[in-house]
Order: sequence, then C-alpha cells, then structure tokens
Amino acid sequence: MNVDHPDFLWRNPDPRPSYDAVIIGGGGHGLATAHYLAKNHGITRVAVLEKGWLAGGNMARNTTIIRSNYLWDESAAIYEHALKLWEGLEEDLGYPLLFSQRGVLNLAHSLQDVRDSRRRVWANQLNGVDAEWLEPEQVAEVCPIVNISPDVRYPVLGATYQPRAGIAKHDYVAWGFARSADAHGIDLIQNCEVTGLEVRDGRMVGVRTTRGRIATGKVALAAAGHTSVLADMVGLRLPLQSHPLQALVSELLEPVHPTVVMSNAVHVYVSQAHKGELVMGAGIDSHNGYGQRGAFHIIERQMAAALELFPVFARAHLLRSWAGIVDVTPDASPIVGLTPIDGLYLNCGWGTGGFKATPAVGWCLAHTVAHDRPHPFNAPFTLERFTTGALVDEHGAAAVAH
Amino acid sequence: MQLVPCPWCGPREEAEFHYGGQAHVAHPADPHSLTDAQWADYVFFRDNPKGPFAERWLHAAGCRRWFNAVRDTATHEFVEPSGASR
Repeated sequence: MNVDHPDFLWRNPDPRPSYDAVIIGGGGHGLATAHYLAKNHGITRVAVLEKGWLAGGNMARNTTIIRSNYLWDESAAIYEHALKLWEGLEEDLGYPLLFSQRGVLNLAHSLQDVRDSRRRVWANQLNGVDAEWLEPEQVAEVCPIVNISPDVRYPVLGATYQPRAGIAKHDYVAWGFARSADAHGIDLIQNCEVTGLEVRDGRMVGVRTTRGRIATGKVALAAAGHTSVLADMVGLRLPLQSHPLQALVSELLEPVHPTVVMSNAVHVYVSQAHKGELVMGAGIDSHNGYGQRGAFHIIERQMAAALELFPVFARAHLLRSWAGIVDVTPDASPIVGLTPIDGLYLNCGWGTGGFKATPAVGWCLAHTVAHDRPHPFNAPFTLERFTTGALVDEHGAAAVAH
Repeated sequence: MQLVPCPWCGPREEAEFHYGGQAHVAHPADPHSLTDAQWADYVFFRDNPKGPFAERWLHAAGCRRWFNAVRDTATHEFVEPSGASR
C-alpha cells in the first residue's frame, strides 16, 4: 500500500547565529507570540527555542477550557480579548481548531459561593462579558447530567453560565500557530535547550543553547513552569511557585456532556472532547514540583467529586492521567511585561489557566517585544505590582485548581 | 503514594501532611524599617528551585508537629533526613 506522508506544517531548521528576537518556549504562548510578531508587527527574524518538541509541555497537558468570566476589569479585558480572538482564529490561521462554544457552568455549592458568583456575573456584564446566573433547575436544562439533588454533601445551589465559553483542540491550536509562524519565515527550533542568558551592561545580548550561541537583543520567556529556572540564570527573582497540576481522561464515550462544568468547591472541571473522552482536571498538588506527575490521592478526590456531580460517570473507566508544571503567582494573575533587564520580557504566572489566554498572550507579548512597552491589556500585569500592592486577585475566578 | 519522613512518626503517607512551603524564611526583626521592596520580598517571593529545596511540612493527621525537610523538586525525592521545627 502506498501512503503519502501529509504535508509538513513547519520546517525543522538549524539555529542561525543571530535573530532580532528569541522566544524561549515552543508551546502555545511562544508560538502565538511568533505568529503575532510576524502578522501584527512584521518582525520575522525570530526564533522559537523549544527544549523538547513543539507543544509538548503544558500545551499538551491542559484541559482546553476557554472562557473570559473573570472578576476584575484588568482580567476581563485580556481574557475577553483572547475570547474574541478565538472567535476568529480558525479564519486567521486558515486551520481547523475544533473551537466549540458550548458554554461553561461554574457551580456554586454554598451561600458564599452564590454571593461571589452573582457578584462575578454582574461584574462580567458591566465589562461586556456574556454571563448569567442560573438556578439549579436552569443548570439541569443546560447540562441534564449534573446532579442537582439537594441530598448530596455539596448540593448545587446554582451556577454562573457563560454561553460563549468552550473548548478547542489544543494540538491543532499549536499546529495552526506554528504553521503560520513558519510560513512567515520564523524558525521553530526543537531539541534546543537554553543553558544561559547573556546580559551586558543591563541589556540582553544573547542566549546560550545546547545547539550553540545565538546573538539577540530581545528575549521573551514563554516557559511556564520552568520560568524560574531561566530567570535564575540572570539573578531575576520572581514570585512564582511551580506545582504539578494533574488531569485525566476516560475512554471514548458516546456524547453525553453538552457543555463545560467547573466547580471550585469540590475541585473538578469536566468537558467531553470531540473524540469522546471525558476530560477532567484536578487541583494542584500542594508541594512544589518539576516532575510531570502528581500524587494519586489528588486523582482519587477529583474522581469522588466528579461522581457526586455526575452519577452517570460511575462506570466510566479512567484511561490515563498525567501532570503539567504550572507556575502559580500569589494573586492568581499572570506576569506579562518588562523586567529590570533591557530586552528581557516576561510571560509567566498563568498558573492553571494559560490555555484560554493563548491568542491574547501572543498578541500582547508580541506588542511588548516589538515596542519595548506593554500593550494596554497586559500593562496591569507587571512584576512591580507585588511591591506596589496593585494586585489583581483572581482567586475566585481562577481558583478551581489553585 | 509518596511517603513523607516525619522525624517523630517515621515515613507516613503524603495525604497525612500539609505543605508549608520554603523553610528558613524568618519574620523580619523590625518590619517597620523595611522598604516596600523588602516587604514584598518577605510576603510574596520564595525560592522556586528545580532541585534540592528546604521546605516545611506539618504532620496534620498525625503528631500535628511542624518539621523541615530537604526534597528534590525535580524527582520529588526526600534527600536529607527531616529535622525538627526551628
């Protein structure tokens, strides 16, 4: 049988001696940044350095939930910008992403949950983010398999609902951005680990890698859980803690779950992938860790929570579980912007929720790199806010996994 | 399940413990004399190494005592015997 190999989506070039800008990390954020550097700013002498293979870190490990129902104005602005970009992304990239706006329910299980959730709905509405409060019966109309019985340990007292939220196929997202960046002439360099950052007179001048030295005046970090390791190379201290975050899938099942359901109180979030797996995420393992695995008792508790919410899952089988390394900040908001070193740009601290922001990260980080100043959407997310006190506390909206 | 070495109870399952983060972070002797940057460093900034890390654990479902331990964050292995709380 003669089977043709499908077209390659990107070249596999060797690194050149110098670039105008280098992005460290070939995941969703790094690839999106490359795409928008080329598309929005015409900057194409760029390399994306990836120590493993493209999109093999958290981009391959997240639960693909996309939403913008965050509390504060700063967060609503950047996440809603991301959601609007998602809505046009398949067209922009000319690539299918299986982007499905099936909505998200964030369940409330206590009176305080109800108060916080309703407040968040009102804040969302004032920011132009689609959001509504649903009573338990309305929750069951959106997602009939959720158990709204009052007899369970943590009964469902209602939920926030964002209809424009949804999921996308994470691999396709990475491949779409990678294909576009490559087509613009950007070099995507795999198996290329950064071993040193070269600074002279307070300016970035180059990076050392396992595939040789590369001269560049601009370096953007998009390394998620390993950001602290890179920042340590130049003595830059960051308010990050890296934790394992676990997720799992069931075997393939008939379509049974029409939306995305998240629950802060019982620590689980569930959707059903197009192919049929139930995709579930847990809370972080409490200890710091760079090993891409977590403890089984976390999975056990997550399953208990899922079964209480979805009794219909009782006979589903767990197919596999895994962990990614997430970099968590004290206020559950990211750090995107400048550093005390000229030409070194930060994009980190997305913690457990970076996937949904992918296009907006690319948009804003590309702007920051191109103009040497933050885009208005990432301007509030500075490193300095931990000194000035201007925190953006999103523990309520981000807290399922924190 | 990972076993955590409690210095008083011996190796016990991780689920019995509460994690306390980086060890040996002393409360500032004179907080009022700190600059904003120094206070921020105390409140928000902790080491985040990939490798050996001195950290605090509470044997919450056991002897209820705090202790320090050194664990390799890359492998999750405890690399030094645990010591008593300071």
